[in-house]
Amino acid sequence: MKTEEIKPTDRIKTVGRHISRNEGLIFEESAPGKRAFELPPLDVPAVDPRTALGADFVRDSIEGFPEVSEIEVVRHFTRLSTWNYAIDLGMYPLGSCTMKYNPRVNEFVARLEGIATEHPYQPQELSQGCLKILQLLMNCLTEITGMDSGTLEPAAGAQGELTGLLLIRAYLEDTQGHPRKVVLIPDSAHGTNPATAVIAGYDVQNVPSDERGQIDIARLKEIVNGDVAAMMVTNPSTLGVFEQNIAEAAHILHEHGALLYMDGANMNALAGVARPGDFGVDVMHLNLHKTFSTPHGGGGPGAGPVMVKQLLEPYLPIPVLLEKNGQLSLENRKPKTIGRVRAFGGNFGVLVRALAYTLAYGPGIRQATEDAVLNANYIRKKLEDVFDLPFNSPSMHEVVFSDARQKKNGVNTMDIAKRLIDYGFHPYTTAFPLIVPGAMMIEPTESESKQECDLFVEAMRSIAEEAATDPELVKHAPHSTKVGRLDEVGAARKPVLRWKPKPKAL
Amino acid sequence: MRYLPKSTSERREMLDAVGVPSIETLFESIPEQFRLKAPLNLPAAMSEQEIIEYFRARSSENSVGYTSFLGAGVYNHLRSVVTDALIQRGEFLTSYTPYQAEISQGTLQAIFEFQTLMCQLTGMEVANASMWDGSTATTEAVLMAERLTGRHRVVVARSLHPEYRQVLDTYTRNLGLRIDEIGFTGSGQVDATRLENALTSETAAVVVQSPNFFGVLEQMPSLAALAHAKGALLVVSISEGVSLGAVRPPAEADIVAMEGQSFGLAPSYGGPYAGVIATRDKFVRQMPGRLAGETVDGNGKRGYVLTLATREQHIRREKATSNICTNQALCALAVNIHLCLLGKEGLKELAAQNLAKARFALDALEKIRGVRRAFTGPFFNEFVVEFPRSVKMINAELLKHKIIGPLPVGSYFSELTKRGLFCVTETMSRAEIERMAAAIRDILSKPI
Amino acid sequence: MYPTDYRYTKDHEWIKVSGETGTIGITDYAQHELGDVVFVEMPAVGAKVEAGKVFGTVESVKAVSEIFAPVSGEVTETNAVLTGTPETLNSDPHGDGWLIKIKLATPSEVSGLMDAAAYQAFISEKETSA
Repeated sequence: MKTEEIKPTDRIKTVGRHISRNEGLIFEESAPGKRAFELPPLDVPAVDPRTALGADFVRDSIEGFPEVSEIEVVRHFTRLSTWNYAIDLGMYPLGSCTMKYNPRVNEFVARLEGIATEHPYQPQELSQGCLKILQLLMNCLTEITGMDSGTLEPAAGAQGELTGLLLIRAYLEDTQGHPRKVVLIPDSAHGTNPATAVIAGYDVQNVPSDERGQIDIARLKEIVNGDVAAMMVTNPSTLGVFEQNIAEAAHILHEHGALLYMDGANMNALAGVARPGDFGVDVMHLNLHKTFSTPHGGGGPGAGPVMVKQLLEPYLPIPVLLEKNGQLSLENRKPKTIGRVRAFGGNFGVLVRALAYTLAYGPGIRQATEDAVLNANYIRKKLEDVFDLPFNSPSMHEVVFSDARQKKNGVNTMDIAKRLIDYGFHPYTTAFPLIVPGAMMIEPTESESKQECDLFVEAMRSIAEEAATDPELVKHAPHSTKVGRLDEVGAARKPVLRWKPKPKAL
Repeated sequence: MRYLPKSTSERREMLDAVGVPSIETLFESIPEQFRLKAPLNLPAAMSEQEIIEYFRARSSENSVGYTSFLGAGVYNHLRSVVTDALIQRGEFLTSYTPYQAEISQGTLQAIFEFQTLMCQLTGMEVANASMWDGSTATTEAVLMAERLTGRHRVVVARSLHPEYRQVLDTYTRNLGLRIDEIGFTGSGQVDATRLENALTSETAAVVVQSPNFFGVLEQMPSLAALAHAKGALLVVSISEGVSLGAVRPPAEADIVAMEGQSFGLAPSYGGPYAGVIATRDKFVRQMPGRLAGETVDGNGKRGYVLTLATREQHIRREKATSNICTNQALCALAVNIHLCLLGKEGLKELAAQNLAKARFALDALEKIRGVRRAFTGPFFNEFVVEFPRSVKMINAELLKHKIIGPLPVGSYFSELTKRGLFCVTETMSRAEIERMAAAIRDILSKPI
Repeated sequence: MYPTDYRYTKDHEWIKVSGETGTIGITDYAQHELGDVVFVEMPAVGAKVEAGKVFGTVESVKAVSEIFAPVSGEVTETNAVLTGTPETLNSDPHGDGWLIKIKLATPSEVSGLMDAAAYQAFISEKETSA
């Protein structure tokens, strides 16, 4: 029998890896009586909850609630954080997400006492600081978008979309007596667009794209009629291409008494260079967590301010910001308002960050836009010989390739994306927009240096070669992460959506 | 510019690589008449220091130095510095939605823990990864009940936060949903008799808040029984989650829509907060919002993924359960960390301190002649007090003492003038409570 | 491969008729296109289905497909197996993976559907033009 030498790596496997790679759930680390936070002593007479509330209302204890110490909380979440990719680590080439640098001064100012501590119902005369922030941000956003007015209330882009459609609805009801029935949405649109149209009470009709991936203007002329309330368009489109005929599309809609809504998700290609208000947009939303650098934080919070032309101003949601004799106030009375879209006003903390970003750039915001467009075009140039480019139109801040060439070896966009992880990058946007089968949507943003772009290009070129010479390597990627590809089918068939304490042994 | 990692020569190199003479060429796809010829009229670019000074100046124009007795959906509670230290880690702060599970296990596991905590708090079986806030969560819960029952009428308690109700109205106005309102009795609780009469076979849901806008706790078992008897669902909205440290959870509810702001989120002049929807397992496929589920990888290693995504907009598009995409992830993480810090004992103690402080304040107020509590039902840390004169006038005087007084309830309920809604949490010192009571006694002792 | 006693639609549903009752499911081609099935949504017993209209959905992890009724009728039974083991739709789409049984409203509608040979030709053409 041959005795094998035990290598150091094997010993790790047998002994077990340090817990930081295998951190369990916080509940699994709990032990009765441990606590992480102590309250100052009570300076008023204590009351017995049972007496104060009555037996019907009192609660004993929360079974399974965490019981850990402060250091365990810190270690737990610090360890978890090390399993995440982040902008602070490297590029996210995610198309349409605009994953740019989140400036730290924004975090600092949002946390200032007197900014973070204010209650939305406190007297207006004690809120002038907050109100000035709202006013200045609104002024900056109207200037950047070329619109007339707007609201900072919506909590996210999707809520901005809903607000915009509700404004259109109110306008049509008020001026034409009925809201009309249909919203036109290009087949390249983000999923929130049709989902929102339905919540606003409209039917969705698809507008096809032409062979260049642009809105088919000829078809548009045919389908716009008195039933159409609006068209929702993203510009640049989700292909990263400026809609050449946007002004004509606006004209067609306006001729029929309909309005043009613009999804502002791709504003990073336009800020300082062109203004939606100039090319016929009546109402649009902005994604502050995209163009305006507020942090994604793992999925939110965001903010989705809506900008409007004067014709929609009467219907803006309450509260509205008013100025009188140098004093600002939030006013809840507005005769034709669509009402409130969320309690207490907007995501103020997010608005503060967006303003800090805008103040850092000033009119120089144009440079950020130019760098974003330059980066996307540079990457396009360096990859267009190895990846299929479905549409030859000029790219703005993002470029869409497809997996058509790699598909021949059975390697698809998802495989390539997963292999990109092994090279130290977050994947690009896969399988969107829907009009490009096997889409690979890449948006580097202005935050990427030439070096980072070159690294990305190198990685992608290397994967293209692997797809040709060693497709299995790509198809089973990623190989270097904490977990491999996860069983999503099992997760959906038998969902386990919470931790449960083990049943006590009898 | 300090956020842009390119030198002039690098830009030149890249333009050459692209094969264009200047950056303007790359904008030629924009029709000429729309290309801006001049810089935007924005405030001049600021250095980091100037930005800080700008916001410092604004912060000094707000309410620093004042003591506030406001609640009404936004609560002052102690927050640990540990939470901010953790959520400011770049791997949390600057990470994306965890669609690529292999490199987002930190976020996904934290969401899974958050979902568990929300279930434990509310007594429900499953919870989502967050909604925008309590008001939109309540609205989405109503729409969810509509989908589940196929019915189109809803009975809403008048004691639901008026702004929550306004949001519900805005959303449902165009969807053919009919809303009937039910008032409250002298206890401040929902009028159960009127409720029973208002329920029909067309009622999708009964919507109540507990503690309600007046701070009063609702009787869940009897409300649930009434709703269920007619095949309607009980939707419970909770805006002061700390109450769940002392008050039994609404286990009889079908859907709970909670606001998480009380758990470690700064008031921040209205947001960002973190709503959540929690419900029973059998309703999960109609629940909006993201869900993290437990699974394994190819080596049998435990991991987490976003799951049941076919409910959501990016797949279902116009048939989605909601249009929500971006949620409140970082806020939910802060809530998660805060609750782990508080823990079982800490939350219990925190709730007990709130009960004590609120009762101490009420006692102090009721010692003033002409001042008494407006409702009789059990309460947590908010209560309505009736005064012999206008609350607005009292508050105007209180400001001179650097005290922000109770919310005038008459602004929302025209029959409830001269009544103020007080919120007293663990953050309010005994000395400040006594100072407030003394100031009010003083104000009321003077002629109008 | 495709049972000769079944009839087929262009949307890849099949129906097996026996007197006045029909058993309906989706074809092997359809389940292959869908990938791993995670959830099946079916109408309640007693519900009416209409020829050419959606009566349920089949979900994979990343997509939802609507299922269209080949003919009109009233649902008499739904396949309980699919609630617990939706993967049966993948493993046995023409047999144990059936979706619903209906009482036919208009039996003559069946004659407008493709037979096995026509369906086989239909999908072959799809595959070559793809």
